Amino acid sequence: MKTKMSSKQYEQYIKNKMPKPAYLKNCVAAFIVGGLICDVAQLISNTAKSYGYNQEAVSSITAASMVFLGAFLTGLGIYDRIGKFAGAGSIVPITGFANSIVSPAMEFKREGFVFGVGAKMFILAGPVLVYGVSVSILIGTIYYILGK
Amino acid sequence: MMDYLKAFLVGGAICAVGQLLMDFTKLTPARILVTFVTVGAILQGIGIYQKIVDFGGAGATTPLTGFGYTLAKGAIKEVKEAGMLGALTGGLKSTAGGISGAIFFGYMAALLFNPKSKK
Repeated sequence: MKTKMSSKQYEQYIKNKMPKPAYLKNCVAAFIVGGLICDVAQLISNTAKSYGYNQEAVSSITAASMVFLGAFLTGLGIYDRIGKFAGAGSIVPITGFANSIVSPAMEFKREGFVFGVGAKMFILAGPVLVYGVSVSILIGTIYYILGK
Repeated sequence: MMDYLKAFLVGGAICAVGQLLMDFTKLTPARILVTFVTVGAILQGIGIYQKIVDFGGAGATTPLTGFGYTLAKGAIKEVKEAGMLGALTGGLKSTAGGISGAIFFGYMAALLFNPKSKK
């Protein structure tokens, strides 16, 4: 997937883009916001750990809490404001996954609760689940075969 | 305190890579997300991502690459415990909290809130 563009084309592409300083700014903004979101997750994770939960429970608690925060802040309209500044910094963390569920679901509410909310929730999350789950099954299968 | 610095650096770096991909290629956010999940799962499949997680903690597990990591890790773990069937059940089992949470909280948020007008 990464090699779709030949390296020459890629270089050319970068050259065309380089003079604009916004790219550095975007990158720094993504770094800072993404890093801060991960620190929130680290805080939740450390807190859960201090209550004596095991590793798997800690990661479930953290994931569920982050998803809750992402969904809630999206509902309030705050997450999209962060997103305008942060770009990938707000898209790549799991809170962005929640955002990708809530945004279209709210937007299409007027189309009803089945084909509006229920279906549009997965317009972005669907592909993520399809590819993520499929790849994990392939990896598990390969692991099984190699382990024989 | 070290935890937070490491999480910040690793998480920030992964997000910065996402931003670079968005700016320098024509990948849409949806494709970035799919790519990140897939790459995370593959990196875990070949045993690399665990090292990033050991170092970066939540900085490595919170980005979507971490979602792929958890899927792959779960699949491999279940294969060890339950054999071939584990490949089918392990991934979602390990991510059930996050996915169910995302569906439920996402649905609730969509019910309770309306989209804010965009400027």
